[in-house]
Order: sequence, then structure tokens, then C-alpha cells
Amino acid sequence: MISFSIHPIYQILLSTCLLFMVPSALHAETVEEKGLAIAVEADNRDDGYGDYTADMTMTLRNRHGKESKRSIRSKTLEVNGDGDKNLSIFDTPRDVKGTAFLSFSHKVGDDEQWLYLPALKRVKRINSRNKSGSFMGSEFAYEDIASQEVEKYTYKHLREEDYNGQLCFVGESYPVDKKNSGYIKRITWLDKAEYRIQRVEYYDRKASLLKTLTISGYQHYVDKYWRADSMEMVNHQTGKSTSLVWSNYAFQTGLTDNDFNSTSLKRIR
Amino acid sequence: MIKFLFAFLALNLLPYTTVYAAEIRGDLSLQGFLFVSNPAWQNQGDQSASVAANVEFFHDFHNNLSLTIEGFYRIDSQDNERSHGDLRMAEFLYYTDNFEITAGLGHVFWGATEFVHLVDIINQTDQVEALDGEQKLGQPMVHLTVPKEWGVMEAFALPWFRERTFPGANGRFRTPIPVNTNQTQYESSSKEHHFDFAFRYSTNLATADVGIYYFNGTARDPVLRLAFDEIFKTPSLFPYYEQIGQTGLDIQLMAGEWLLKGEAYYRTGQSRSYAATTFGFEYTFTAIADTMMDMGLIGEYVYDDRNNGWLPTIYENDIMAGVRLAVNDMADSTVLLGAIRDLDSGSTILAIEASRRLGDSIRLNLDASFFVDMDYEDPAFAMAKDDFIKLEMVYYW
Repeated sequence: MISFSIHPIYQILLSTCLLFMVPSALHAETVEEKGLAIAVEADNRDDGYGDYTADMTMTLRNRHGKESKRSIRSKTLEVNGDGDKNLSIFDTPRDVKGTAFLSFSHKVGDDEQWLYLPALKRVKRINSRNKSGSFMGSEFAYEDIASQEVEKYTYKHLREEDYNGQLCFVGESYPVDKKNSGYIKRITWLDKAEYRIQRVEYYDRKASLLKTLTISGYQHYVDKYWRADSMEMVNHQTGKSTSLVWSNYAFQTGLTDNDFNSTSLKRIR
Repeated sequence: MIKFLFAFLALNLLPYTTVYAAEIRGDLSLQGFLFVSNPAWQNQGDQSASVAANVEFFHDFHNNLSLTIEGFYRIDSQDNERSHGDLRMAEFLYYTDNFEITAGLGHVFWGATEFVHLVDIINQTDQVEALDGEQKLGQPMVHLTVPKEWGVMEAFALPWFRERTFPGANGRFRTPIPVNTNQTQYESSSKEHHFDFAFRYSTNLATADVGIYYFNGTARDPVLRLAFDEIFKTPSLFPYYEQIGQTGLDIQLMAGEWLLKGEAYYRTGQSRSYAATTFGFEYTFTAIADTMMDMGLIGEYVYDDRNNGWLPTIYENDIMAGVRLAVNDMADSTVLLGAIRDLDSGSTILAIEASRRLGDSIRLNLDASFFVDMDYEDPAFAMAKDDFIKLEMVYYW
């Protein structure tokens, strides 16, 4: 059985990491320091959201335009001082209805992941180091959809440029877990006004451009937190693509740790 | 009773679904078995077809109270014992932040390994459904769960025992003499009404999930005893269910890129106390050969310290190997190749399971098993002529 965790991609680069904040006015900032500072600022701007739920439709498309859809409900809990907890529940296709994926991400060390298989009433642990594997047959790998803490990458600021009418920071990031990541680097476009991810290019281990992610339709929630309606991942090497369309975002719904344990996993509907 | 309840569910609940704003869904499946060899035992057929339905009804009463009912029925062309129904679940669930309680017919799985499920004991196996023993009968229970920071405590009261299903005279995968479930005997004078209970503690550590339990009550796996008809002296086999105490352990552990799994139990009550264990690994290669395909390698071993000939199990000292391919295509295609070899006798079972989706709501499953070099002293020898190819189409609604 394949497993799946959907974590909105805009959280790439987001995490709390105040210790590394550099008083930039006082010395010449290196490109690495600037890249990190941008990642930390983006993370800080999403701090304090508490929890949220959302619905998602994933559409897989092959190079001939044939489509296949999956619908997923997602619940996310912010954890102070560590990575988020996420629960994703599949509603369709109907043969996997009720299958659920639970993930605890950590700033340092391996994430913890479990899969609940409703037909067998069984909770299986998943090895989170299989991060380069495809998520549910989609063009998103596990490492693309997992909650991405600042500490999981190192950074380098490249330049500022206009992208789709917005002035953006363009920077490279490199996975800390080089052994298991499917990428040698990513290039990210982050708008300077609100620190939201607009575009990501993924380069495979042979340094060839593998995929491009485009994020659009950002909306403002609870006057503070930006969430995107649409994410499109195109694989340049196979011609296949996957789009994620998000709806029904709800913030501060009262989720607690009790909604993210093995007991609650078994009573998922 | 079970069949009656199922019929009641199917006939009476369906028309009311919209009124209750509840959720109802299920599946309908067609299955065909083709056997490669002529049968070993009298009355067995060369092929069989069957049709089965699952219906699931769920109603949320709000305030953290819900009702789940799952009914199942199969009609088999060959084996009367395989034409059967069961209420897989009929359970009320109530939960708060501090505890969860269920009452009714429930389904609980314990275990970690892929090939053999040694420690799973709460639910009886619906043996006629599948050779792998993964299909279970609904178990009457009251089940209390208390999740804490340091782990999950569970208590089970099991007031009514369910008998294992066995193939009839016309069915394959059976003992040379069919098991006669009309002659079932129990060690306990309360028979199937013996009050069984269990306690379990489980916890998630940083890289490991660990569970330990104690079960006291009627063994789910019966001893098969031989009896002779008084007049005609014809032999028959009947199940005998003993009273046991069993302490079990299961572990799933992430060790680098490896996933390690283990199960063990210690059982008292059957002639002599004994232990059994199974453990192994799973290692996954992702995106192999520049495709989207994942390949998992599984290696496991099972050992049972009972002597040959006493309380036979087919898993005495066996090694298992498997390759699992996840194609990661739109149809979620998967292929599993597996082999089980008895290290003492050399008896080997080879199995293939392949599956893919057709469109949005149909899944096609192809299973095949081959029994190779079966040793006549091996308890699985009775199935030596049961090499089969099984094709199944399931429609989900």
C-alpha cells in the first residue's frame, strides 16, 4: 500500500529558528546567511497558526492528458519547538477510502510516519527515509509534501527578480539528508512582500532539472496566514503532472495531540 | 443469529439512509478459482466461482457517539461452508479526550510482521475466506482504551467466542478428512460462553512502536481431534478449543533505512507451555531505475517451539522472502512475490499477488499459489495438490 501525506507546500522553508537570526546591518551578510535569514523570516510569518483543516483534490495527469483524481482531507497541528503533526485521510478512490497517513515531522532527526489500513484495522509504521518515493502515484515525493522545517535544508541567496509581476527572492536550498533525498538542490521563488512561495525547481541527483512546482491563488486567513488554492507540479523528464486544489480551509478548529495518535487513527472515518 | 442480523441490516436499513443522514457504502465482488491439479481428496472440485457483498453503515450521533455496522455475505458455487455470512462489525463507539469505549461486534488487529500473524488473537479467523488468515469474524466485546502521554492502556471483555470456519467436503485447502464443526468441543464447560479477557499496553517511542498484552480465555486456534462413528467406524475430525493464557509482544522498529518487525508469544494451558516468534525486515528502494516504482524487500523467519506432531502448525521453523513492487501509476498497481520454505522438511509455498484499479471504482486482483516439494510429514501436505490461480473483480460503491 502506498502512503500519502499532504502538507501544503508553502510551508517549505518555514520553521522557527530565531537563534540563527543575524543582525544584518552590522556586517556584510554572506549569501548563505541571507538565504537562511529569508527562510527564517518566512517561517516566522506563519508562526502561531495553531491548527487548521482543509480538503484537497489531487489530479494526476499523464503525458497524453489522461486524468485520475483522489480526494483527501488534511488536518495539521502546530507543535511548539518542533515540526508539525499532520493527518491525511483518503475519501477516494473508493478502494482506498478510510486509509489514513499520520506524520510527525521533526526539526532534527527522522520524521515519524504511520499508515492506517482500514480493511485490516492495522497501523503500520513507515520508514520516513524513503522520502524520494512517489506520494500516491503523484509527481509529489514524500519530501515535497512533508512539513519542511528550516533545519532540513541549507540555503544560498541568489538574486532578486520579477516573477509574475511580483518582486521575488530567488534562492537555492540543499537537503541536509543528502543520502536519502532525491534532489541535489531546489531553486525557490519567494515573493518579497509576503514571503510566499511562488515557484520551486527541483534538480535530481544528476543535477538535471526534474520538476517545477507553481503555486497560485494565495488567500489570507485569520488576518495573518497565507494559504494557496492551487499547486501544480510538472515533471519535465516524463511529461506527467499533478495538481492539488485546496478548499475549505478552517483555522484554529480546536485540534489537540489527541487527534494525532494511534487511538484516534483507528477511529478515522 | 449472525445471518439473521445481516439479512435484517440489508433489508431494513437501506431505505432509511437518507432519513438518518448516515453513510452507507460497500462493495460487490466476483471471484473465480482455477486449480492446476486434480484434487487430492474426495468430493473436491477443480474450479469454483463465488459472489460476495460487503455493506457498511455508519451513523454519527454527534457528541462523540457513533454506530458502525459491517455485514458480509458470500455465495460459493462449490463449497457450502464457504457460502456464509458474518457481521464483521456492529459496534457503538463513544470517546472523550481521556478514554474511548466500544461495545458490540468489533475488530482489533495486533501485530507487526507481513507473512505470519502470530500474536493477533482477539478476532477469530474466517479461514474459508482466505489462506493468509487475514479475514476475521466479528468479535463480541467491550473494549476500553485509555491513551496517555506514556502509552495506551486497553482492556477487553470478550463474553462470547466465535468458532473458526473450515472448508467443507467440497472445498479445497482442507484436511484429508473435512473438519466437522457440528462436533466442536470445548475444554471449558461454559463452551462458547466462556468469559475471555485481555489487557494491552502499547506505546510509540521515537523510532519504535511496541505493544505487550496478556490474553486469558479460549484459544482461537483449535486442536483438531479424530473421532470415529460408533456404528460405521468412519473417521471424522472435530475442533477442540482449549483454555489458554497468552502473553504477547509486537515491535515495529525503524533502524536507518531498515524497518525491523517482530512478534512473540508465550502460551500456557495446552499440554505444555510453549513459545513462538516471528521477526524480519523490510527494506525499500524508491524510484528504482529512474521510474516511479518502489521495490520493497521483505525477509522474515518464524519459529514455534512445539515438537513435530504435537499441536501442529505449518509454521514450525520457516523462512519467508518477499518482493513488493509499487508501480505508483494511476491504477495504483502492485505486485507481491512471496515464498515460504520449511527449513526442516523443505516444503515450499510460492505466491503471487497482483492488483490494479480499473477506472475509478473497480479493482482487479490476481492471486496464485504453488505448493512445491511438499513433505508428507508437513501439516501443509494436505494442500499439496491445491495449486491455484484466483481472479477477483471488486466493485466499490
